[in-house]
Amino acid sequence: MAVSTKNGQKIWQRRDRNGQLKIWAMWLIGTAIFMWSWTQISEATTWAFFWDAPRIAADIGGRAFPPRWAYIDKLWEPLWDTLNIATLGTILALMMAVPVAFLAARNTTPSTLFVRPIALFIIVSTRSINSLIWALLLVKILGPGIFAGLIAIAIRSIGFCAKLLYEAIEEIDEKQVEAVRATGARPWQVMVYGIVPQIMPAFAGIAVFRWDINLRESTVLGLVGAGGIGLQLQGSLNTLAWPQVTLILIVILIAVLVSEWVSAKVRGAII
Amino acid sequence: MSVALDARLGKPWKKPPFVTSPTLRWALLIGSVIYLILAVNSIEVNWSRVYRGLDRGLQFFVAFTNPDFTSRANDIRLGLTESAVMTLASTVIGIAVSIPIGLGAARNISVLPVYLVCRSIIALSRALNEIVVAILLVAIFGFGPMAGFLTLSFATIGFLSKLLAEEIEDMDRVQAEAVRATGGTWLQRYVFGIHPQVVPRLIGLSMYRLDINFRESAVLGIVGAGGIGATLNTAFDRYEFDTAAAILLVIIGAVMVLEYLSGIIRAKVQ
Repeated sequence: MAVSTKNGQKIWQRRDRNGQLKIWAMWLIGTAIFMWSWTQISEATTWAFFWDAPRIAADIGGRAFPPRWAYIDKLWEPLWDTLNIATLGTILALMMAVPVAFLAARNTTPSTLFVRPIALFIIVSTRSINSLIWALLLVKILGPGIFAGLIAIAIRSIGFCAKLLYEAIEEIDEKQVEAVRATGARPWQVMVYGIVPQIMPAFAGIAVFRWDINLRESTVLGLVGAGGIGLQLQGSLNTLAWPQVTLILIVILIAVLVSEWVSAKVRGAII
Repeated sequence: MSVALDARLGKPWKKPPFVTSPTLRWALLIGSVIYLILAVNSIEVNWSRVYRGLDRGLQFFVAFTNPDFTSRANDIRLGLTESAVMTLASTVIGIAVSIPIGLGAARNISVLPVYLVCRSIIALSRALNEIVVAILLVAIFGFGPMAGFLTLSFATIGFLSKLLAEEIEDMDRVQAEAVRATGGTWLQRYVFGIHPQVVPRLIGLSMYRLDINFRESAVLGIVGAGGIGATLNTAFDRYEFDTAAAILLVIIGAVMVLEYLSGIIRAKVQ
């Protein structure tokens, strides 16, 4: 807090001069970067299309309603596939994430120098690539279908789950581990009786949280050929069947809301 | 001897189960086994196709050890700039729009009609996947970074406003009340009573969102909404795995740098 004197009267100010100048400079740089970005976008935009957008939107909207409800018969199977991609992908991811998390946590890793950096690299590299890109790659390798989508979801989730899990492992109460060790327990007994019960709630929370995210992501994996309801979406978009697109979007929206509700309920029950 | 001892000790200690109610525990267990059997059976894996593809997978991993940055350097540079530009612009606009919506969605400072409108905007933005929004916006605005920019801004609104609103709901009422007691107007109450309390969190969340937006901008190109995703998609389609590997490495590198920077900034303000 700073006070300046003006005509012999003290005036309260939030910041002193240097602080104020620093903030102004940051605003200036920020604004300049934003304006530069904006000109780049503006140059790459065909503004005639942009101003035409309301008409196009109204046109598409007009075609898209009412949704073609009868099409729902063809959506149950893709929806089941989507659910399977999300669920099995999460399970597979957790199986791989648990060892990685134990190797990455400072208090359980066998070697901070060699093993931990490798585990951290696995976490960072799987996390920074979106599941759609993994799917794009895996469709090329494994062939189109649910299997590629499932593996894509699994790989993408390893980093996320392992990161949250190893943070939970690092935050455990060492006293309990010490107590189990003091009874003469072997290392794996220390793990099962000292560490696992402490991270179990976090583990369940992470699993459900990631399952929720995975369900959202698996709805669009079909766009690159990796199975699920996205495949139907892609087909409908390509044939400009807008009433079907509307129905698919409604179904996806409901699925997402249900999964969010389930995950909130389960997490509420755990915590 | 040992039998007698066991009998005297009673039942040996067992770990308490994670789910306490036995009915629920068994229902969950049996239900998940049935589900797993059904789910695994419904997945068709064409193993001969997988086997043939493994060769290509190997090629890709080899490509990672020998990525080709040079032959498509210009496309990579352009794509990366476009991604960065989209990320920056959409984060700025997203934050600017989220602040009023976040204020409106905080139950303790907003009136009910405004609250409901703001909450429904947030719910809509969160429920729609970025890719789906991008497809629709590409159909409406045409190909290019404009569609991607609008998509990311829309997604930012849902994320930031929700967390900002929760932060405002958790704030200390006393400070805002004190500013009000001096006769401050609504705007002054916000600027001096509420804003200082939430600004560290707001900056942290904005940095985090910048990070997310960059990751997302890398895939929007797949559906034609601009950015490095388009370059990546082309590289995959032409089976140029060495270029694809180079692009992936560039994305991973950029994400790591961004994450590191945002971590520093977040640690500084919080």
